[in-house]
Amino acid sequence: MASLSPISIILHLITSFIASAAFGILFNAPRRMLLQCGLAGMMGWITYILLATRLDVVFATVVATFIVGVISQLFARLHKKPVIIFSVSGIIPLVPGGLAYDAMRQFVESEYNLAIQLAAKALLISGSIAIGLVLSEVINQMIIKLARLRRPAKSEIKLPLSQPPKDKPSQ
Amino acid sequence: MLQSGAETYRAEDTMARMAEAMGLEDSHSFVTPTGIMFQASESQSAKLARIIERTTDLQKVAAVNDVSRKLGSRDISPSQAHIRLMDINRAGHEYAVLLQIVTAAAASGCFTFMFKGSMADIIPGILCGGAGFSMFLALHRLVKVKFFAEFSASFIIGLLAVIFVALGMGQELDKIIIGSVMPLVPGLLITNAVRDLMAGHLVSGLSRGAEAFLTAFAIGAGIAVVATIF
Repeated sequence: MASLSPISIILHLITSFIASAAFGILFNAPRRMLLQCGLAGMMGWITYILLATRLDVVFATVVATFIVGVISQLFARLHKKPVIIFSVSGIIPLVPGGLAYDAMRQFVESEYNLAIQLAAKALLISGSIAIGLVLSEVINQMIIKLARLRRPAKSEIKLPLSQPPKDKPSQ
Repeated sequence: MLQSGAETYRAEDTMARMAEAMGLEDSHSFVTPTGIMFQASESQSAKLARIIERTTDLQKVAAVNDVSRKLGSRDISPSQAHIRLMDINRAGHEYAVLLQIVTAAAASGCFTFMFKGSMADIIPGILCGGAGFSMFLALHRLVKVKFFAEFSASFIIGLLAVIFVALGMGQELDKIIIGSVMPLVPGLLITNAVRDLMAGHLVSGLSRGAEAFLTAFAIGAGIAVVATIF
């Protein structure tokens, strides 16, 4: 798919939102957090879809998960809930479940060359998801530490608001 | 907490925080996905807890996190915290089974579209996903072997997808299948495994990876059986 029409982008937005929120339900996320789960997943997926047409899949995944991570940190701060609630549902659309399954199917059908290829790709993508998440966490911690150095333990709640501009340069 | 799919470092961190709040300075914990070892202090003996079942239950993770936070800031006493933890442990799934199946079906339909399936594939995707997930839930309750439940669920999905395509309701068999196995697939486990490995939790990373591999194998095998029949 070389270019995306606006309609298909909107459809992707809707479907990824529903899918992430649905996984929030499957993972028994708190009821009030479902909207945020869906939002995190939606932002991640749309970034991925827009980047994957131009860039390498692995790089697109890193950027998309980084954004999911930043959004999750933000929501976690705002709602005082662990980050994992949002990040888990957020990365679901990006996770290479389809690839892992495909690889396994090729193995079972004794198409070993293809299977190894797919498995390696799935591993790379899941690695890049982990990198994206860790990256956002590290940056979040750095911001907290820097803020504490500047103003000792006062403006912790205001931090998330100053966070979004930070991830713009990396896009 | 660990049973509910929290990362190992989070479990360790929570235990350390709770111990500190109760005045235990040098506590040690060692957490893997299959067991927890915890020593409150040098003079006391260590305790061991085995983790048998692992699912994802974010509600519980959030609730326990909340308790440990409050304990840390001295909002509640240790005995109150204990009562709350017991309550959390007893709580079941917040959403009804039917709702879970419906959402799994909806997610399957959405994934079918997201993985470049055509519009015609969405409805079979929804039906297959719903059927597969309800099969998984039912079997998982009957037999405690997760592998078997996953295998038969994906078998049903494959079977239904083949039937739908034969009836002309769907176009691309592959897209329908991939979309509808997504609720079963261990994508999250794989990612968590890699993350644990990167954080230096080698034991938990490897055991999670093995679990993910087994699940993926069960699903792949289920579909492959269908593929070989037709």
